[in-house]
Amino acid sequence: MARDAKKMSAPAKAAKSAGKAPFKALVTHSEELALDKALLLSMHDTMVKARCLEERLIAMYKTGHGYFWIGGPGEEAFNVPLGLLIKKGQGPAFDYLHFHYRQSATLLAMGEEGVGAIRQMKNTAGDPYSGGRNFAGHFSKKDWNLVPVSSPIEVQYAMAPGTALVQKRHGGDGITIVTGGDAGTAEGDFASCLVWASRPGQELPVLIIVTNNRWGISTPYEQTQGVEKISDRGLAFGMKTKTIDGNDPVSSYLELKEAMEYVRAERKPYLVEARVSRLYGHSSASGANFATAEADCISQFEARLEKAGLLTKAEAKAVRERYSEQFADIARAVKEEPFPDGSSIWDHVFHGEPGRDPLA
Amino acid sequence: MANMAQAVRMALHFAEENLGVTDIFGEDVGMPLGGVFTCTQGLKTTWNSPLDERGIIGTAMGIAMAGGKPVAEIQFCDYIYNTIDLLKLAGATHWSSNGQWNLPMVVMTPVGSGIRGSIYHSHSVDATATHIAGWKIVMPSTPLDAYGLLLSACKETNPVMFLIPKALMRIRGTELIPGEPTEDKALSRLIDAPLGDRTKWAAQWPTLEDASIPLGKAKTVRAGSQLTVVSYGRTLPLCAHAADAVAADGLDVEVIDLRTLWPYDWEAIKASVEKTGRVLFVNEDTEVTNFGEHLVRRTVDELFFKLLAPPKLLAGKFVPGIGLADPLEAASVPQQSDIEQAMRALIAVQP
Repeated sequence: MARDAKKMSAPAKAAKSAGKAPFKALVTHSEELALDKALLLSMHDTMVKARCLEERLIAMYKTGHGYFWIGGPGEEAFNVPLGLLIKKGQGPAFDYLHFHYRQSATLLAMGEEGVGAIRQMKNTAGDPYSGGRNFAGHFSKKDWNLVPVSSPIEVQYAMAPGTALVQKRHGGDGITIVTGGDAGTAEGDFASCLVWASRPGQELPVLIIVTNNRWGISTPYEQTQGVEKISDRGLAFGMKTKTIDGNDPVSSYLELKEAMEYVRAERKPYLVEARVSRLYGHSSASGANFATAEADCISQFEARLEKAGLLTKAEAKAVRERYSEQFADIARAVKEEPFPDGSSIWDHVFHGEPGRDPLA
Repeated sequence: MANMAQAVRMALHFAEENLGVTDIFGEDVGMPLGGVFTCTQGLKTTWNSPLDERGIIGTAMGIAMAGGKPVAEIQFCDYIYNTIDLLKLAGATHWSSNGQWNLPMVVMTPVGSGIRGSIYHSHSVDATATHIAGWKIVMPSTPLDAYGLLLSACKETNPVMFLIPKALMRIRGTELIPGEPTEDKALSRLIDAPLGDRTKWAAQWPTLEDASIPLGKAKTVRAGSQLTVVSYGRTLPLCAHAADAVAADGLDVEVIDLRTLWPYDWEAIKASVEKTGRVLFVNEDTEVTNFGEHLVRRTVDELFFKLLAPPKLLAGKFVPGIGLADPLEAASVPQQSDIEQAMRALIAVQP
């Protein structure tokens, strides 16, 4: 992860040498706190909660209580407003969620408890998303239309048109929301999503989201992609598009609200590119240490809340301590929970059939 | 009697009317063409997709996730290979979510040689398909079986891959599909789209019946006592003809049509091999890491002491493609003469 921190200026340098506008200048951002106090404080609370959860998962990895960590610290300012705006429920009347593996803050904002993520990190039998079968951050929750998160990058963009098609036919205001990173947009599945969502006269209600942290593991965005704004790729398909400051929860909230209202009402796609930070590297494979050179959306937000007289330093510290302790306690308890039994590997190979070894 | 393309079409009609099929789609699947093999002419839920196999499989998964029931077509199985990780993901969805999500979806695709399809319209996919856990894999060899197996596929709540041997697509069946008119050309007048302008044409569907054939059940198409031959798809009728041919020399061969490759009917194979003591597996996919090799392995593992001869696999040659010229195709995939030869050789072996 020190490697990541050292490389922080590489994308900026590459952009400069290519004669492109600097990263920040491309993004709309408002200094105003144009939301009501209760919402601002609630967003702050959930952002901190999500950060503490991810930091607990990282600590579990580092102390041998999990094999691999991947998650979304640094994306809370975008992921929390997203979760608050989702129409949560099961079936086509509600939003279908095709997420990638950096979305714990979205789940917490939707009302999920953190214990499930901790169980998945520890791969216990009680892991509510995969029963100890999958990595951290690989959520699945049918009650909320959250389809299983997969490790292969970008496949979710190929599936999203399917749920959106059913929703378009169903009517109402349920939409499909698909998220992924900037590096993955190089995959053909991203193009598939743009093509299938914008067939003339058969446009689909999909909110297509790319969280752009400018990294694909260790490779800077500017080394691999020539398009300045990923959102511009939607223009060729006649889509509404926007690049937003995903490190600012206020503009994220307002921009997502506008985009969602459009998709819900017009039943057409909208492509949002959110510029975000990656605060603990790609995954535990690169060490999962804090990236000091990246903007931290929580400390930035806290400074603004403090300046506006909405939150003191002591209050912010108290929120963080409360969640840190809470997740530490939960993790201690989860460590004692059982792993799945080896004989359970045959369960759920086929729906509606008892698990059995077919060659036995 | 219906051919296999018409049987598939009638099954899909029955399925969209009675089994909740919501979307039959793929490249050129909708009208005016109704599929490059005419399997989807005149159906009410068909539509033409973008030319994008990954989009087709991904969208089918999404439709299934949202409560629809899709039948997606990959125009030739030669073009399914760029979707392999999506197929794996579809097969893994129920398992990886620990039972939360399941995908009731059918993927149908024409497979195999026999239409002089050259390098990229002659592939088989059964070895690859049976390697992907979480899928049921079906391959009929007669129109009636195609009809009944496709109905079962559409009733499934798991992903099913329905492999259609393209060499058999135009071969008329010998058994009536329940509801099919008895007069030979009557069916064509009812459900085959006319040449030329089709904008005003609509299929006149006969009243069809649910003649589902359960998945996982093989069919003994010819009883015999000296040798068991297990096959499916294009090579199945070749095996039956070969068995008839060697019967003239007094050889008595049993032929089993596996019909479902996964889960397959081991009990049928086992019972037959225990009776004959000799077994020949025949298919046309390339022979290295072939599905038939698994069947040979299981035969050796479980039936070794019942065998009078080593179990044998006759399959396609392990070459990158099937060449266009007649002699190249004939040299690449099993022909009737190859099967006859293998039958005689196996029966000649004495322990």
